[in-house]
Amino acid sequence: MRSQPSNPLETEVAGLRLRNPTMLASGILGTTSDILRRAAQSGAGAVVTKSVGPKPREGYPNPTVVEVGCGLLNAVGLPNPGIQAFAEEIRDLGDLEVPLIVSVYGFSPEEYAEVAEAAVEAGADAVELNLSCPHVKGAGADVGSRPELVSEIVERVKGVVDKPVFAKLTPNVSDIVGLAEAAVEAGADALTAINTLRAMAIDVETARPILSNRIGGLSGPAIKPVAVRCVYELHRELDVPIIGCGGVTSWRDAVEFMLAGASAVQVGTAVALKGLNIFRLITEGVKSYLERKGYGSVREIVGLSHRG
Amino acid sequence: MSAYPTEVNRMRIVEIKAVKDENLNVKTIFFEDDLCSSAEAGQFVMVWIPGVDEIPLTLSSIGSRSKDGLSSVTVAEVGEATRALRGMEAGELIGVRGPFGNHFETVSRGGRALVVGGGIGMASLMPLIERLVENDVETTVLFGVKSRSNLLFMERLGELSAQGRIRLLVTTEDGTYGAEGLVTEAAEKVLSSGRFDVVYSCGPEAMMYKIFGLAEKLGIPVQLSLERIIRCAIGICGSCVVGPYRVCRDGPIFTSDRLRVIRDFGRFRRDFNGRKTPI
Repeated sequence: MRSQPSNPLETEVAGLRLRNPTMLASGILGTTSDILRRAAQSGAGAVVTKSVGPKPREGYPNPTVVEVGCGLLNAVGLPNPGIQAFAEEIRDLGDLEVPLIVSVYGFSPEEYAEVAEAAVEAGADAVELNLSCPHVKGAGADVGSRPELVSEIVERVKGVVDKPVFAKLTPNVSDIVGLAEAAVEAGADALTAINTLRAMAIDVETARPILSNRIGGLSGPAIKPVAVRCVYELHRELDVPIIGCGGVTSWRDAVEFMLAGASAVQVGTAVALKGLNIFRLITEGVKSYLERKGYGSVREIVGLSHRG
Repeated sequence: MSAYPTEVNRMRIVEIKAVKDENLNVKTIFFEDDLCSSAEAGQFVMVWIPGVDEIPLTLSSIGSRSKDGLSSVTVAEVGEATRALRGMEAGELIGVRGPFGNHFETVSRGGRALVVGGGIGMASLMPLIERLVENDVETTVLFGVKSRSNLLFMERLGELSAQGRIRLLVTTEDGTYGAEGLVTEAAEKVLSSGRFDVVYSCGPEAMMYKIFGLAEKLGIPVQLSLERIIRCAIGICGSCVVGPYRVCRDGPIFTSDRLRVIRDFGRFRRDFNGRKTPI
């Protein structure tokens, strides 16, 4: 028999203890130690950094983020200072009150492993492999859409780090479960689903694509039903913790993801829509929901919608 | 500021109504936009130059308060985007998102304000100065540029000064106009000889850092407009962070209490890939 946690919101993902099931999603803030600390102080149960690669990268020229009414479209292009410089930010967060998850990308399995190893060495509590950025050629979804590459990347990373490894999946494939199976068989400790959906916006007055990269990724409320479906399918087919991501904007969305099978949720676009207070809004709402429905712990609702 | 209205972030395509040469390197671009018309002094917009880039620019005039109902941005040529924008003419189209960020808070009627502008930084201070004057705030404006040819907004400032509504002091580093020297030297003199309730400033960060130091010694609160690389403008991409704050959402105007905890202020900024570079 397991004893009930005293905090009904406390949960666990692949060995990481979380004070509540919300996380700051990768790509949102997450560029410096100061701003990651602020996200934690704002109530996030864990924080994920912006994706870091082996070398500095400037990203794309503006426009990089476009409002499309039902969400945001972005092609920022993975700007980052490279793991060597970013390790300083990670080290600066040694006393962070919540788990620090470093998002990692590369252009080859070796690069993923190199960056992940350095991130863990600097103090990351876990790494999340960005196998899903939809707008950088040769990285992210370009490698993350191929099960054999996903498997090789996860295996390489698992071989060099002793912390949990999350695989963040792209929804821009016909079979997300097949990708997930490759990641899990290679040793992934958890899955993050989903990254943004490939999308585009064209301005009719000037007859030009708005994003400088032309094509980007759609996030926010528009993609939530797709994300919920992905989480549901992954939970049905696989026995591995899932972190739901995609359009979580309220406690109701967070609960929906957990009912679909997510152990925790990541919040991104809603930080723009509702401010950094979104983490508190969600956790307070989830807590009230648990009380109202008579659950002692948030863990009890994970995957509940799958029951007969 | 917590939630933001999605409507403000929607890009509007507007026609350039007029272009005014401020000096050899600086132009003001006028356009009509309802949301910009109701902006507050110190807020900024993202201006899309189709096919080139999108850049943050503070509103240098606000439609609801200008005679012709037009809003404007003022741009100095510093790179590809600003060169392209400076080369645009009336009738051409630009995209506008915003206004974004917080704004200058004006002191109450009868208060005494010192406004310190450095070069193109004067753009974000112009709507503030006009607001202060409207509110009967006793306003001293210090304006520093390198040389006479770098002056701008002198018509608007000169008119207010001639009417006795502001006290205007101009400094040039080479002495070709006004007093010779740095505007920070003038600020030190002015601050030590008068009593001020607030100091507003916008310009090079090294200059503002100096101004902040002077004001701190005298216990005068400041409101400074900071500049960083801005991409999303809605507080999520993390490009413009200073300490625990985002210039685009928590700023661009920073008060003394916040400036005290920003360890980057006056020391370093982040470049396009997020690395620290010295100010």
